[in-house]
Amino acid sequence: MQQKRKRRSPYPTWFFLPAAIIYGTLFLVPNIASLWFSLTRWDLFTAEFIGLANFRQFFSEPFLVKSILNTIIYAVVTSGLKTVLGLLLAVLLVSPIIWRGALRTIVFFPVMVSTIGVGIAFTALMHPTRGAINVALENAFGIIGPGWLTDPSLALLSVAFVDIWKGVGLATVIYMAGVVSIPQDYYEASRIDGATKVQQFWRITLPLVWPATITVVTLSLISGLRYFELIWAMTGGGPGFASDVVASMIYKQYQAGFYGLATAGNVVLFILIALIVLPMTWWFNRREVEA
Amino acid sequence: MTNLRILATASTIALLAGGASSQTLSVLIDEAPESAAMMEALTAAYSAANDGVSFDIEIRPGGGAGDNVVKTRLATQEMADIFGYNTGSLFQALNPTNTLLPLNDIPNAGNVLDSFKTVVSDADGNFYGVPFRAAMGGGIFYNRAIYDELGLSVPLTWDDFIANAQAAQEAGYTGVIQTYGSTWTSQLFVLGDFFNVLAAEPDFAERYTANDAKYATSPAAMRGFEMAQQVHDLGLLNRDFGAATFEDGMEMVATGEGAHYPMLTFAIGQVATNLPDDLPNLGFFAIPGTEAEPNGLTTWMLDAVYVAATTQHPEIATDFVNWLATPEACDIITEAVGVTGPYLVSGCELPDDIPQAVADMMPYFETEGGTAPALEFLSPVKGPNLEHFLVEVGTGIRSAADAAALYDQDVEKQAQQLGLPGWN
Repeated sequence: MQQKRKRRSPYPTWFFLPAAIIYGTLFLVPNIASLWFSLTRWDLFTAEFIGLANFRQFFSEPFLVKSILNTIIYAVVTSGLKTVLGLLLAVLLVSPIIWRGALRTIVFFPVMVSTIGVGIAFTALMHPTRGAINVALENAFGIIGPGWLTDPSLALLSVAFVDIWKGVGLATVIYMAGVVSIPQDYYEASRIDGATKVQQFWRITLPLVWPATITVVTLSLISGLRYFELIWAMTGGGPGFASDVVASMIYKQYQAGFYGLATAGNVVLFILIALIVLPMTWWFNRREVEA
Repeated sequence: MTNLRILATASTIALLAGGASSQTLSVLIDEAPESAAMMEALTAAYSAANDGVSFDIEIRPGGGAGDNVVKTRLATQEMADIFGYNTGSLFQALNPTNTLLPLNDIPNAGNVLDSFKTVVSDADGNFYGVPFRAAMGGGIFYNRAIYDELGLSVPLTWDDFIANAQAAQEAGYTGVIQTYGSTWTSQLFVLGDFFNVLAAEPDFAERYTANDAKYATSPAAMRGFEMAQQVHDLGLLNRDFGAATFEDGMEMVATGEGAHYPMLTFAIGQVATNLPDDLPNLGFFAIPGTEAEPNGLTTWMLDAVYVAATTQHPEIATDFVNWLATPEACDIITEAVGVTGPYLVSGCELPDDIPQAVADMMPYFETEGGTAPALEFLSPVKGPNLEHFLVEVGTGIRSAADAAALYDQDVEKQAQQLGLPGWN
């Protein structure tokens, strides 16, 4: 005896077919194919099954540990600063200041500019001898500026700085929506109780924009972990391997024609991001329910 | 992918002329300005002589991105009828036996020098490409005005070279120019020193391919890494060496801002086009070894033109590449982009007024035993990260010995990925 009645969909089966075909050909097949090719020696012409040798090679890369560390440093620095600066800018830009509309627009401008264009522009600005930054430092203060992108200890942070400048507008907009949606009653009530502006920020604004914080941190952390364009445009992972992240390392393997190895690297990156982001969203969502 | 399409000017004229059935051949060529200039001049001349044949030239990126474009289009059977590409180990990676049309039977096959044929042939002895550019050497460009002013002479040993560089440095010029903004330029000390490696270890290439010889354990091969470290440690480099590009480097050595720049001789074309007034000051010599004898030049066979096996116009395509192997085609190239080195087609002659740097290079080619091919033409083994290791050495991040050992690991990875025997 059938206990559960199958719930019938209100749409006929063929109605799902276009979506299923698109999903199958554009998402399902490539994902399964990449799992297969990660187990092969692949020169685009022929693929020879070699078991887990690509994964063994990938994990024995001399710069894997450095790349993973760089990836995490980059993701944490950009995500952290975008979150903090985004919230501060949002609080500023929802308060009644002059030219509020124009200021909001200006903060968002860099988000809309092409990443490669930004990369090329900042590469020129950060040139060690001819770049505007170091020329200005030398003329105004007599300081010989460092090689922002050519000093191995600075290169990654210089790129991260540009990424923050470019991405903080998005965090600001998300936070502005969060701050505006906090009911004014709380602020009025706290004012009657004698709360200062600083207390209002810590006790009302910060806890109540928690959903926006989740969104900003998750989005910026995922994009930071798989980030590639700006690093490639500005340093190409260099000097040497000083600013290589996992994504640029995989790209170089692909460029060298090691297609199977690069595919294995992408499978590893996929798993790495899932391992970091899944527990984090679970933790955030639990906090949200409690809050 | 930014593919700029250029329609050869002659095509419209050919179509208007009508006549026999008109056919358009597609051509894929790298983005270097002189490549397009050469190909446009050659196709225009061929169209003028052959009614109804026109060409559609497509530009692809160079370097690693270009390798991917060529391999992907061959693998998906969407290659242009005719395309230009590297010779040697990169050519072997195209799986030529299955993807290219053999040219053994073209009438002018005998015009192509045997030394060139060996780098565009498969294991069965079929040859697939005709030369598209002059041969080139890898060595050191120097500024002749600085040499005259300081009374220096062309060095025959590495120690003499360092002494010259220090003299130039003390006189206020940059001793040695390095340009790690274009990372590939960092490789010259290692790749260009291969004549000296072969002089010390004549069987290095065979043992290297067989997983027997290593950079880290061969003192001769290690020299290149040590050179890159020495010029940095002695403080002979330009201040912006980390950010300067290839174009900056050629400008600095041609205009006399710096005394020396290790580079490939194809760069003469760059100076001839952009800084013709400085061309007479641009001199060239091979990377000197530890001893004055033997002294010789490491040479590269540059690109070849190939016919894809998938072409719809095999007769016309092979007739066009057949015509490329004639003195007439060489003269058209000379006219289009000037002379950068000797041609690899018999019967081709150089004009009398060649640039000084080319004249400096010719004696190596004319001397018996004066040249040796670069390692990439003797062995399919080349790690992809050499340029990055050498940037590290030249920036002072890593020592020459460590970099050579890491490069040996990089090479091992490449050999395993290619599935070469003896590496697993």
